[in-house]
Amino acid sequence: MIALLVRDLRLAFRAGGGFGLGLAFFLIIAVLVPLGVGPEPEILARIAPGILWVGALLACLLSLDRIFALDYEDGSLDLLATAPVPMEGVVSVKALAHWLTTGLPLVLISPVLGLLLYLPPQAYGWLVLSLALGTPALSVIGTFGAALTVGLKRGGLLLSLLVLPLYIPTLVFGAEVVARGAQGLDVATPLALLAGITAGAVALLPFASALVIRINLR
Amino acid sequence: MGLTVTNLACARGGFPLLERVSFSLNAGQALVLRGPNGCGKTTLLRTVAGLQPALAGQVDCPPDSIAYAAHADGLKTTLSVAENLSFWAAVYGTQGIDAALEQMNLRALAPRAAQNLSAGQKRRLGLARLMVTGRPIWVLDEPTVSLDTASVALFGEVVRAHLSGGGMALMATHIDLGLPEAGILDLTTFRAVLPPPGSGHFDEAFL
Repeated sequence: MIALLVRDLRLAFRAGGGFGLGLAFFLIIAVLVPLGVGPEPEILARIAPGILWVGALLACLLSLDRIFALDYEDGSLDLLATAPVPMEGVVSVKALAHWLTTGLPLVLISPVLGLLLYLPPQAYGWLVLSLALGTPALSVIGTFGAALTVGLKRGGLLLSLLVLPLYIPTLVFGAEVVARGAQGLDVATPLALLAGITAGAVALLPFASALVIRINLR
Repeated sequence: MGLTVTNLACARGGFPLLERVSFSLNAGQALVLRGPNGCGKTTLLRTVAGLQPALAGQVDCPPDSIAYAAHADGLKTTLSVAENLSFWAAVYGTQGIDAALEQMNLRALAPRAAQNLSAGQKRRLGLARLMVTGRPIWVLDEPTVSLDTASVALFGEVVRAHLSGGGMALMATHIDLGLPEAGILDLTTFRAVLPPPGSGHFDEAFL
């Protein structure tokens, strides 16, 4: 398991591994929005929570199809399926590797991008906390979508269409945490729901993903 | 101890290809599958390896005893030869890749990235993976594709060493591996009779 995680991280950081793709996309969104919307701090401050969450979500979506597609093409998914590691473990490790290379960098860079969007100071903590709680759900749900489309050529479009509706609750509650935090309101309810979605996804979806992979490999 | 296949029937893409396939392998034995393209060699091997369910019949072998090698070698092109092998050794919980590197003549290539290998060298690396699995039953699909004569002979020796150590090998290949002791199973005799159209399962229309 650890060997698989190390291999996936190593592949991501080597040339052509795709690390930084989501990060760069997130950065581009946060830089372009003030240029497109205009530099008024009040407007930007109001839309900042939503923009940052939508940006993080799309950045996550961008790298999903790589989770299993590369392993499927070079045959290592077949070999992993016959190896003495449970498929549930393989998909969990894949989701973890995706989060470490995509979600975690987004969490860490988000305060800097909040600065670009005039995010009110009291909201920074909630931004980081909500992304840290919510992005694991994005990775796990995305891994499920990637598992569903693993055998398809150019499955990226179908993957986006399948995964986006599943991302909506995370987006709604995640952005709500930051928006309420910015206004100094109580954030307990959306935060609890966000954590609940993540906990549920992490607990249940690996089993579904593993089943789907086994069916797709037939 | 051993691999026993009884009355196995398997299908590819919903079409039954083979039926009533029976054979058994004991320690030290090898079996070569023969037959024209599309007769179901790969499908049979995937079924034996547990990647797809059998339509009927059963495959009996001790748990965790099969190492499967497909057409694709499952190599990561940006990792070095040694990194690729070490990964599989770690997955199978075995120690040491030196013997495998030595036997498949990959020692000098160990630090090289897999993307800079030739097709034959990649194949040798794929086969070296079998040695680090430490599994007794090798299920091999066209193991000699892109290998030159010398490498085929090298691989023949590796298989023989595996057999003499109590291992087993089930192979689909067209080339003579220099293993006269290996049994041969001609799959054309097990070809499934296609059922008349319309008599199949209800999901036939979707396949």
